[in-house]
Amino acid sequence: MNEPFAPWTDETATPLIRIEQVTKRFGDFTAIDDLSIDIFPREFFALLGPSGCGKTTLMRMLAGFETPSAGRVTIDGQDMGGVAPNRRPVNMMFQSYALFPHLTVWDNVGFGLKREGMAKDKLAACVDEMLKLTQLDALARRKPHQLSGGQRQRVALARSLAKAPKLLLLDEPLGALDKKLRQETQFELMDIQERTGTTFVIVTHDQEEAMTVASRVAVMNHGKLVQVDPPDQIYEQPNSVYVADFIGDVNLIPGRATQVGDMAELAWAEGQGTLLGQPGGGVKADTAASFAIRPEKIAIGREMPEARNRVQGKIIDIGYLGNLSTYHVKLPEGPVMTCEVGNRSRLSRRELTWEDDVWLSWSDTAGLVLPT
Amino acid sequence: MTCGCLGRIPQDWCCRHERARGFQPRAFIGRSAVKRAFTVIPYIWLLALFLVPFLIVLKISFSDIAIAIPPYTPTLELSEGWQGVRNFFGGLDFENFVFLTSDDLYWKAYLSSLQIAVVSTLITLAVGLPIAYAMARARDDWRPALLMLVILPFWTSFLIRVYAWMGILSNEGLLNQFLIWSGFITEPLVILNTNVAVYIGIVYTYLPFMILPIYASLERMDPSYVEAAEDLGCSRLSAFWIVTLPLARPGVIAGCFLVFIPAVGEFVIPSLLGGSSTLMIGKVLWEEFFSNRDWPVASAVAIILLLILVIPIILFQRQEVASRETEG
Repeated sequence: MNEPFAPWTDETATPLIRIEQVTKRFGDFTAIDDLSIDIFPREFFALLGPSGCGKTTLMRMLAGFETPSAGRVTIDGQDMGGVAPNRRPVNMMFQSYALFPHLTVWDNVGFGLKREGMAKDKLAACVDEMLKLTQLDALARRKPHQLSGGQRQRVALARSLAKAPKLLLLDEPLGALDKKLRQETQFELMDIQERTGTTFVIVTHDQEEAMTVASRVAVMNHGKLVQVDPPDQIYEQPNSVYVADFIGDVNLIPGRATQVGDMAELAWAEGQGTLLGQPGGGVKADTAASFAIRPEKIAIGREMPEARNRVQGKIIDIGYLGNLSTYHVKLPEGPVMTCEVGNRSRLSRRELTWEDDVWLSWSDTAGLVLPT
Repeated sequence: MTCGCLGRIPQDWCCRHERARGFQPRAFIGRSAVKRAFTVIPYIWLLALFLVPFLIVLKISFSDIAIAIPPYTPTLELSEGWQGVRNFFGGLDFENFVFLTSDDLYWKAYLSSLQIAVVSTLITLAVGLPIAYAMARARDDWRPALLMLVILPFWTSFLIRVYAWMGILSNEGLLNQFLIWSGFITEPLVILNTNVAVYIGIVYTYLPFMILPIYASLERMDPSYVEAAEDLGCSRLSAFWIVTLPLARPGVIAGCFLVFIPAVGEFVIPSLLGGSSTLMIGKVLWEEFFSNRDWPVASAVAIILLLILVIPIILFQRQEVASRETEG
């Protein structure tokens, strides 16, 4: 079996990028707030967050278009302080693609190599290889305005990869594509990243995209990193209500943590039993906390279940999405819970309907108790 | 309006609906006729203010000088009927155009005009490009003010501004006074009534026509083009030459034509600021009309000037179309 790719767990691994206590201020506004992170070679690292969270500023600092107000950025052991964008071993794929409209696809891709002063025949071979990698061979003589959105995206990728940078920055690379093309391109991007062995840092506000492509996802908010972990951990082990809520759908039941040990208990309403789950985010006993449970981990039924974690409520809404059905269940003394049930067989009659009293239940390890 | 849910619509509503639709075609024709009338207006304008005067000038250029009012012959005598029309056309010839080739004053004047126009266009470009670039790079809240400053001179009469330059450039003018006062020179520089003064005048007058189109093309340029160029290894300076300038090309070309075309036929600036040795076709034209009162030769000069300018105008139009295609 293959060893999983996880250099961040290896004490001896040398990071490619070190961001050390970096702060960036624009006037009164602090875009990046005392942020430190190591990114390792061959990683596909996603910066994820709402707009204005500082993810683009962080990327532009790596590219050299912004200088940190405080702190240090090193790439491959070299301090990047005062190093101009054109002298960094970094290339960037711009959100608008920024393809030079007066140059052909071929010249766009060869632009960086030509600036490098590469010999003509070697340059041609390089460009042709890049065009082949991105399946653009047939379009080499076209100008950018003669291409579709997906083709432009590929030219931008080929151009930024042509100089074989140590680090490739991608600013919302798939933002301009429609959903179907975006999903295809995500896999293409991963494939290219693997084949070239380049370290990718991607900025996105699309959590699905980040989850799909990245080896690690950094969730940012207000210029700080909230959590940096592989996608499955981000989803299953969020360290805060913010991350749990930002990534995917989650039911949050507010209450008080009554007991915290290997497992944590949460009291959420008078006369109801406590909910049992794993403690997360350093939750302490006798503090305000929330119980976080993903909709797909909840079972729904008419009969009272055996499970310890069970709540009763009334169905107020049903959404049919084809592959699954969503039930909205109002708890008498709590929030509206969302519960997803996969529609596994094609021709089943729905047993539950509006206004039905139902039981929701989940296993002891399905939910998390997080501090609020 | 759709009739998608016909079942629910009362019968008579549908009838009314149909009747209402019956009226539509006539209303539609009415509106399109009005629309067409509006689109015709520019053509009427062109016809009345360009084509008709042009034909009149063309006709005069084929006529002969005469001591009369108007000072040329023949004129169309419709009272003489068919014979009058035949006399009219019989009296037209190319004599004036032949005359233009016999005196080297004319082709020298054309050539000198073209030369002065080319040189001043290049100087205007050299001065205007950095200004436009600086404006496009200025802070957002400064730009309207800077733009205003470029347009502001238009608020004063062009003639007064050229006169003001006479005050600045003359031997006792402000410029010489300043240079002598600051000790750079002891004798006043002779600038007024030389070609230098003409260049200064043209560059000054037409600078906004250079700045505005270049500014427009620089200002709407996505700043990530320059960043992408820097990211791919360009220095600031080479990014400007390799990316910014080629992308601003439509603006540069538009600016050059907007300066060059009127500068060729310029008359006021050379006659006020230039000297007796300044040879420009606009001046020649003026003298033929008002000093010699030779309208036919003057018209011939004007027609040739127009033919010379038609070439750059067509080039300009083509460039505009091409740049619009790339943007689309």
